[in-house]
Amino acid sequence: MSLFEHKLAELQELLQKKEITVSDLVAESFKRIHEVDDKVKAFITLDEERAREQAKKLDEKQANGETDGLLFGMPIGIKDNIVTQDLRTTCASKMLENFVPIYNATVMDKLQEAGAITVGKLNMDEFAMGGTTESSYFHKTRNPWNLDYVPGGSSGGSAAAVAAGEVPFALGSDTGGSVRQPAGYCGVVGMKPTYGRVSRYGLVAFASSLDQIGTITRNVEDNAYLLQVIAGHDHRDSTSADVEVPNYVEQLTGDIRGLKIAVPKEYLSEGVSEPVRNAILEALKKFEELGATWEEVSLPHSKYSVPAYYIIASAEASSNLARFDGIRYGYRAEDAKNLLDLYKKSRSEGFGAEVKRRIMIGNYVLSKGNYEKYFRKAQQVRTLIKQDFEKIFENYDVIVGPIAPTTANKIGEFTKNPLTMYTRDILTIPVNLAGVPAISIPCGFDNGLPIGMQIIGKHFDEGTVYRVAHAFEQATDFHKQRPQL
Amino acid sequence: MNFETVIGLEVHVELKTKSKAFSPAPNQYGDEPNTNTNVIDLAYPGTLPVLNKEAVEFAMKAAMALNCEIATETRFDRKNYFYPDNPKAYQITQDEFPIGRNGWIEIEVDGKKKKIRINRIHLEEDAGKSIHTDEGYSLVDFNRQGTPLIEIVSEADIRSPEEAYLYLEKLKSIIQYTGVSDVKMEEGSLRCDANISLRPIGQEEFGTKTELKNLNSFNFVRKGLEYEQKRQEKILLSGGMIRQETRRFDEATGETILMRVKEEADDYRYFPEPDLVFLHIDEEWKERVRATIPELPDARQKRYVEELGLPEYDAKVLTMTKEMSDFFEATIAAGADPKQASNWLMGEVSGYMNKHQKELHDLALTPESLASMIQLIDKGTLSSKMAKKVFQELVEKGGDPEKIVKERGWAQISDEATLLPIVNEVLDENEQSIIDFKNGKDRALGHLVGQVMKKTRGMANPPLVNKLILQEIEKR
Amino acid sequence: MARITKEEVKRIADVSRLHITDDELEKISAQLDEFIELAETLNEVDTTGVEPTTHVFKVKNVMREDIPEPGMDRDLLFKNAPDHQDGQFKVPAVLD
Repeated sequence: MSLFEHKLAELQELLQKKEITVSDLVAESFKRIHEVDDKVKAFITLDEERAREQAKKLDEKQANGETDGLLFGMPIGIKDNIVTQDLRTTCASKMLENFVPIYNATVMDKLQEAGAITVGKLNMDEFAMGGTTESSYFHKTRNPWNLDYVPGGSSGGSAAAVAAGEVPFALGSDTGGSVRQPAGYCGVVGMKPTYGRVSRYGLVAFASSLDQIGTITRNVEDNAYLLQVIAGHDHRDSTSADVEVPNYVEQLTGDIRGLKIAVPKEYLSEGVSEPVRNAILEALKKFEELGATWEEVSLPHSKYSVPAYYIIASAEASSNLARFDGIRYGYRAEDAKNLLDLYKKSRSEGFGAEVKRRIMIGNYVLSKGNYEKYFRKAQQVRTLIKQDFEKIFENYDVIVGPIAPTTANKIGEFTKNPLTMYTRDILTIPVNLAGVPAISIPCGFDNGLPIGMQIIGKHFDEGTVYRVAHAFEQATDFHKQRPQL
Repeated sequence: MNFETVIGLEVHVELKTKSKAFSPAPNQYGDEPNTNTNVIDLAYPGTLPVLNKEAVEFAMKAAMALNCEIATETRFDRKNYFYPDNPKAYQITQDEFPIGRNGWIEIEVDGKKKKIRINRIHLEEDAGKSIHTDEGYSLVDFNRQGTPLIEIVSEADIRSPEEAYLYLEKLKSIIQYTGVSDVKMEEGSLRCDANISLRPIGQEEFGTKTELKNLNSFNFVRKGLEYEQKRQEKILLSGGMIRQETRRFDEATGETILMRVKEEADDYRYFPEPDLVFLHIDEEWKERVRATIPELPDARQKRYVEELGLPEYDAKVLTMTKEMSDFFEATIAAGADPKQASNWLMGEVSGYMNKHQKELHDLALTPESLASMIQLIDKGTLSSKMAKKVFQELVEKGGDPEKIVKERGWAQISDEATLLPIVNEVLDENEQSIIDFKNGKDRALGHLVGQVMKKTRGMANPPLVNKLILQEIEKR
Repeated sequence: MARITKEEVKRIADVSRLHITDDELEKISAQLDEFIELAETLNEVDTTGVEPTTHVFKVKNVMREDIPEPGMDRDLLFKNAPDHQDGQFKVPAVLD
């Protein structure tokens, strides 16, 4: 049995009793990576030597009985858009193929302090733009449950690595669903915290007002521990919230009696496949058994979240990605005739098609004459979407629905059903526009592929989201299923 | 046809905070390239700006001193454009909600006061510097990147190159008083672009304007505008049209040279900076900052005339720089007569500074030593001739005038008891002169005084010698 | 079709500092057109008097004190630089 079948608390106990060492944990991780990553292709870069060295150092500490640190000795994989000092950070782009940061993201400092060990950098859609991890410059990642299928995206590498048992912990980032949707597709737990809960310093920006680093694990409790470590105010990020971080694990009581659940009708519309709908209805029954109640509600502006999101995210991205000009770092084209040519060549050769498309959309909506018409309008609609959520949360504790209308699609096969596409977006995007926290947990299977359930909470109320997710998890077995690789 | 000149100025002033506007890198001029930068200044992926509070307060201070209304709700925007010295490819600036609006500066044109309105003042970050080589490439230094900057945009109220010059002098003086900037054009901490157009006298509508760049001193601003004024007039008089274009002032020829024609307005794709939160400046904060603004040149000038009785001219010259004005005030606080202090500062002190290309703080002279010297003159201890020698020493080496005078034996003999025997000795030796004087030959008195001065090696107090001679002749 | 002209697409590419080939121009024009169609559905929403959301939270006045920290080691800063000389970043001539 893999050591990673144990949850964090159990591993910590084994470490304390000296039944295992940190080196064992790191070895377990690399053993599994060498076994299966040829098939899954979750990683872009491995940091084996350094990870093993660090493990030895922590082993010395363990020998002295110093095993404090919430994540002491735990191997973790990091999405490749989170900046890691002295470890290549590519954003899965040719643009940053050889970029070795000289500084750490705030979350990396926090992980290090908590005793976590980075084993490598995980694949993603280029600059986090996409939902399948197919737009990576390096390679496509595969769904561990069926290698012909995508793991979702953009944090596809993070979800696949955890699902395949390569690492027990991973960080992703979520701008429009990029942590939750791949977690759903891969049958793991993925949390997108409240906007501002986790510092964005060192997260390569896609859309600054929407981006948030998220946590991916095999179970809810581990997820709560991981968020506990990385959450909190950071003076280097002006938008990080100066709001106290509660003890999340303490809130995992298993008790959800009296909990009021809202189920937006937009989330179970025709675009949702039968098996997914049934899994969610079953889950709602389970919640009832656990003493909660649910009612159908409406988020009337959901429909407009899609255009609003594409306008806002692309506009911010067009500006955020303008710094990649081949001057101070990153890809620089050869034989540029002059400065303008250097810019254009470096950027045209360094960026993939999807990134270029979004940059152009962004520059279009910000252009003179379009700003008011599109960008400002989208920001106004964003206000209405946020208000939709606020109204629901006046009367309900959480919102529940599927994380995606279907299970994962085949690699290279895009859904052509507009209703499915549309529903896919409205399930995840409004959460980012409103800045609320949401988690995806496994709640069923269809043809051997996982189905994910999304639980959305109030601003800064990750605690309740975790409590509900945990109660469901304890009452079901979905999270114990493992893909055969 | 006669034309009226219409000028508007855009002035950039660097604020002298200790760190950059959005990063903690040092804000320092003149260091080795790229040594005062960090990953934020260089726009490394994932880095974020954090606003420097001092930069906000310096901007408020400058805006208040220039009579602006301070915004209560303000924010930062991104101005997007590609340039090698602009590492993020956007500049963090204020587009829609500048920190200051509706200010003004009063200048004096031909003895008449005139208000030049200021449209807006906004806070932004400076760019790096690219140095162009002859070999087809440029080198970029980011030390200046992120230096807090205010842009001061005047209304098109300026009607002549001379007014533009006066506006700039006044603006520089006011900013310097507030202490938020060095306002040194030679170091780039003050930079100016000018817009100029002509219109037939009586016409309301503005003519097509040209923008002047590379104006590296106030004098060049004036010269460039004068040239441009004539150039445009010539075109208009010959029936031509002015093109909207940017022109560069050439210091060597004194001409303006075409840089580029503006076809359509640049598209900077401004939008609110998502990485910085909004600013709310409440009354209390405004008042706290307002309280730190020192008395400004106009107020001081008025006070010097009304309370100290100085002539208008003196008051104006003394208040031109805060350093001079502060020195003057410290000198009179140390006991000097205001008019005497003014005479010395505007005369000998300024003369010395001009001759040696020095600033007040480069001199060994202190307000205390100047005051003490002036007092010695008043008391008659120091003759004006000897005072010049003392001054020379004070300005170069410093020291206590009283001590200098004593040690060098430069004190004037103003003691009757000392002088009386010498006077009588001279009278005894010059009986013929006494007779001549009594016979009405005034020149004889001069001769007698001269003899006393000779015997005292020039140290006797001449008015006193005069008095004693007359008094002793009476007795004879 | 043609909610956007090819000239406008070219201008946007230029502003974005991207080269586009003729094939790409066709494709991107179609994509932008599709996007504009989607974006225009926002016109169905009455947003009269609605404040735009630029930040999810209305937090204000986040600032730091004016305390300088020394600049970073220059060699480190040039570690990722494609080209540099004399302590500066090297680029093709900037023409004004």
